[in-house]
Amino acid sequence: MELTRRKMLAIGSGTLAIAALPGLPAFASATDDAIAAFTGGADLVEGGVTINAPEIAENGNTVPIDVSAPGAVSIALFAAGNPVPNVATFTFGPLAASQSAATRIRLAGTQDVIAVAQMADGSFAKASANVKVTIGGCGG
Amino acid sequence: MASGVKPRVKVPKTAAAGEAITIKTLISHTMESGQRKDSDGNPIPRSIINRFVAAFDGETVIDVALEPAISTNPYFEFQATVPASGEFTFTWYDDDGDVYEAAQSISVT
Repeated sequence: MELTRRKMLAIGSGTLAIAALPGLPAFASATDDAIAAFTGGADLVEGGVTINAPEIAENGNTVPIDVSAPGAVSIALFAAGNPVPNVATFTFGPLAASQSAATRIRLAGTQDVIAVAQMADGSFAKASANVKVTIGGCGG
Repeated sequence: MASGVKPRVKVPKTAAAGEAITIKTLISHTMESGQRKDSDGNPIPRSIINRFVAAFDGETVIDVALEPAISTNPYFEFQATVPASGEFTFTWYDDDGDVYEAAQSISVT
């Protein structure tokens, strides 16, 4: 078979489409699975959680993040675009003055950071923030 | 990573009873994520601190489960209530089984 430029383009774009299709949903579901593992499949409501993250992070190796959720028992952080979406889980004890914490996290690239809080009554709330990352922080 | 780990905590020396104080902690640790490769292309095995607990006289303030996505030299800032004079204890648990501890006492005026 003679390969013309037109045929090459058709083959190329076809392969790309096949490669891209299963890739994207798998990526999203890893985060959904991680969140479901934390919530036990319970419904998430928006609000009640505040997440503070920089809009643009120059260095993905240390991105300062702080979360707070008044009345929460624990807060879990997820990074939807990381190879492993789980970031950290904060569990608050009786002497925590406020249900808030700040830390520094790694982000592989521009993505959403999601905070899911488990409230004292057993419900779950979530908030997310988009962070643009100039240099990714996962090495390799 | 068992060498060169140095915990640092910042707790006010005094507080009023029931006051909310801010605590900052930092521990030097490479937090090797397990995602990186060395110059020969072999993956570098994961070696991180996987749990951090802050407590006041045995009562938990915060208990954090850490994943590889926490930055090198894990830093935490949180708030605690001080019911009486006592001691804050901070404990970090390493993947390799090491436990790093720090303590800081506070007096209620």
